[in-house]
Amino acid sequence: MGKHKLTWLVLVSLFANSAWAETQLNLTKGVTAVSRDVYDLHMLVLYICTTIGVLVFGAMFWSIAFHRKSKGAKPADFHESTKVEVLWTAIPIVILIAMAVPATQTLIAMEDNENSDVTIQITGSQWKWHYKYFDQDIEYYSVLSTPRKQYQNQQETNVVKGKNYLLEVDKPLVIPVNKKVRFLITSDDVIHSWWVPAFAVKQDANPGFINEAWTRVEEPGVYRGQCAELCGKDHGFMPIVVEVKSAEDYDTWLNEQQQRIAAAASAEQASLSASMSKEELMQLGETTYTAHCSACHQPTGLGLPPAFPALKGSPVATTGSIKDHLDIVFNGKAGTGMQAYGKQLSLKEIAAVVTYERNAWGNDTGDLVQSADVKAVSGEE
Amino acid sequence: MTTDTLDNASTADSHHDSFGDNHDHKMTGIKRWLYTTNHKDIGTLYLWFAFIMFLTGGALAMVIRAELFQPGLQLVEPDFFNQLTTVHGLVMVFGAIMPAFTGFANWMLPMMLGAPDMALPRMNNWSFWILPFAFAILLGSFFMESGAPNFGWTFYAPLSTTYSNGSTAFFVFAVHIMGISSIMGAINIVVTIMNMRAPGMTYMKMPLFVWTFFITAYLLIAVMPVLAGVVTMLLTDTYFGTSFFDAAGGGDPVMFQHIFWFFGHPEVYIMILPAFGIVSTTIPAFSRKRLFGYSSMVYATSSIALLSFIVWAHHMFTTGMPLFGELFFMYCTMLIAVPTGVKVFNWVATMWRGSLTFETPMLFSIAFVILFTIGGFSGLMLAMTPVDFQYHDTYFVVAHFHYVLVTGSLFSIYAGAYFWLPKWTGHMYNDTLSKWHFWCSLISVNLLFFPMHFLGLAGMPRRIPDYALQFADFNKWVSIGGFAFGLSQLIFLAVVIKCIRGGEKAPAKPWDGAIGLEWTVASPAPYHTFSTPPSQQDIDNADQHGH
Repeated sequence: MGKHKLTWLVLVSLFANSAWAETQLNLTKGVTAVSRDVYDLHMLVLYICTTIGVLVFGAMFWSIAFHRKSKGAKPADFHESTKVEVLWTAIPIVILIAMAVPATQTLIAMEDNENSDVTIQITGSQWKWHYKYFDQDIEYYSVLSTPRKQYQNQQETNVVKGKNYLLEVDKPLVIPVNKKVRFLITSDDVIHSWWVPAFAVKQDANPGFINEAWTRVEEPGVYRGQCAELCGKDHGFMPIVVEVKSAEDYDTWLNEQQQRIAAAASAEQASLSASMSKEELMQLGETTYTAHCSACHQPTGLGLPPAFPALKGSPVATTGSIKDHLDIVFNGKAGTGMQAYGKQLSLKEIAAVVTYERNAWGNDTGDLVQSADVKAVSGEE
Repeated sequence: MTTDTLDNASTADSHHDSFGDNHDHKMTGIKRWLYTTNHKDIGTLYLWFAFIMFLTGGALAMVIRAELFQPGLQLVEPDFFNQLTTVHGLVMVFGAIMPAFTGFANWMLPMMLGAPDMALPRMNNWSFWILPFAFAILLGSFFMESGAPNFGWTFYAPLSTTYSNGSTAFFVFAVHIMGISSIMGAINIVVTIMNMRAPGMTYMKMPLFVWTFFITAYLLIAVMPVLAGVVTMLLTDTYFGTSFFDAAGGGDPVMFQHIFWFFGHPEVYIMILPAFGIVSTTIPAFSRKRLFGYSSMVYATSSIALLSFIVWAHHMFTTGMPLFGELFFMYCTMLIAVPTGVKVFNWVATMWRGSLTFETPMLFSIAFVILFTIGGFSGLMLAMTPVDFQYHDTYFVVAHFHYVLVTGSLFSIYAGAYFWLPKWTGHMYNDTLSKWHFWCSLISVNLLFFPMHFLGLAGMPRRIPDYALQFADFNKWVSIGGFAFGLSQLIFLAVVIKCIRGGEKAPAKPWDGAIGLEWTVASPAPYHTFSTPPSQQDIDNADQHGH
């Protein structure tokens, strides 16, 4: 009985939420001229390989079926033929040349980075992407927006995963349709790789070097990809989302961004003179901590030592000076995974998160940090 | 104890040995294995070590597949997941496949060449006995504060240097020891083949098996020092302030990949050329026909080995190479399809109009030819640079190299093991059980690896502990295939243990179509063979080349 139950369970779990209709078997055709060329090339090689496979395996199965000892087959004597050997060396060479010609053409087209309309610098870091629009003064980070409780299933088991589980971000990259967009790709720490299958663009982000890639998307829409190069712990959690907008929508978006940046700058200025209460700081601190710090230092503050040290009870967040603590958060720590958050977070957020770290998990120092304190640290650079 | 049984088996049968067992004074118990300089003992040690490592690496893979059974993080944390994939790769490459082939080399080369032993028996002992220490260090790091290496078996800098979890030093020392072991093993193979061939056995009379190991050994000697170099640079970058791979100090992280893959690409041929040698032995035996195109097989193997040195950057098309570089490496890589194709055609031609029977070694060999060729096809697809931009670092690549390494290398190892087990143990193994092993492995391995092609094409990156929902169905099937394949390997363990303990007595030559000097000695092979060289008649009869 127990055995049957188990079998039943296994079978049910196999077919539960099966969405075979949505399951993709083949490479995407994508939405650019290059991605379609790549797809055609993929299909060409696939057909050639399948044909060769059918012929070779066919000959083999013919032997298996008819040249078997049990059917009284007597072994033939031949074991050499220069003619045949030359033939089956020459034919593959011809086939390879037939494949190499279109491959070369597509590759030359892919590598033509000239005459772009828009240039965007893409910087990978553990584990987020940073987009910077040239000549526009627009830059921002793009981070996974799937809530932690959807994937941390050791603790939370019954959370429904969203439609774009692990493929959604807070702020997508926005590019205009039918424009040649050039990407300059680099990294702040380890090697990442920026990949959007629908564009057939995959380019490594190497620290200290800049790689080029480009795309010209023909259809507005939302396209998703992921980091393709192992980049540490949360390699699986740094997706890429690109929103392709029509010319007008893109301009509107640019304007909104300019305004947002201006508003943020004045808010930053205002926060310098404002003084926040402990509740406000702790609340904002917790939100900021969860979004930016908890992946490494963990929601419990216990970290994942030795790579990601604990903050709970750590001298940095308790007995050490606020200034040193701010310095690490603001400027990062060279030679470790600790990034410089000075350019990623607002003064207010840094003040809040440091306050939070110095008062959460029993680190009850009672210290309060305000935006002005953060500004003081940043000024010393 | 298997040790004792082997011991008894070979002494009991030593009266078959006409080559003088009067100087056969081996030690007993553990000392026999620690101090042995006998090529057969060392071969046995290598094979058991490889199998233990295979089960260890397989256990790691099962945890990986359990985590990937459904979306979400259920069992392991992402960092530990990375440790699992890294150590799985290292253990399988350096601990399972390579030592298994060295085991075959030790057991079979002297017997195939008509030589009394390997040329450098003491070094042979040492090259085996440092291996357990290397893997003790590597696997031991799981229990250290830093955790095991978590930067992938390809250990790209700076993830493995500045950003490593502190396991880099142990990793580097372990790899150094593995490298020293491989280099010594390879030197021994080269020296043995060049100096110990029986009089009258010219190079072109050597079995193709010997040729493939000869060429493989040269590859090892050429690239293992490169690996040693790159891990040393990694070590000094991490701990001694050098900047080989750090742009801030004038280095280049992509240079790491160039050096690594200059080792890494010949390395994949190190793991497949001996497989070619094994199936080139088994297929003619069960087709009852000589190997088709022996000379062209020798030339094809050599061409593959030479080409393997000028294709390394096809692993790096997305690193930002100049167009000319991409074209060069694409053309060279596509060229490898030619000699590889020749080999496959030759195997099929060997079977053509033969008189085929389907004993277990033949079943594994046939599966090898088909499934390895599928791995070759996906390799050809990956060679096409523009499309590689889509395939690179996805499950398509994972599918590709597992078809080549599991249904390629591993299946050839099984073909060889089932072919020579009677010679090694003196007993026939349980035929039914071995066929169960074959069919269970064949079905589960395809369930395990074939859907990975689809996952990769649909866009699932490799080395991720969790995935988007559209990948869920295939991952479930892949995991089930993984568990089934892992468990199926225990059948092999049962077959081997039963075969060592007893079974039908094996004749000197249990396969009527087999040729080769190893079949002219008794089964089990006496402790010392060919103390006097074989006759010219025997050598000519064993000649795969034909007349």
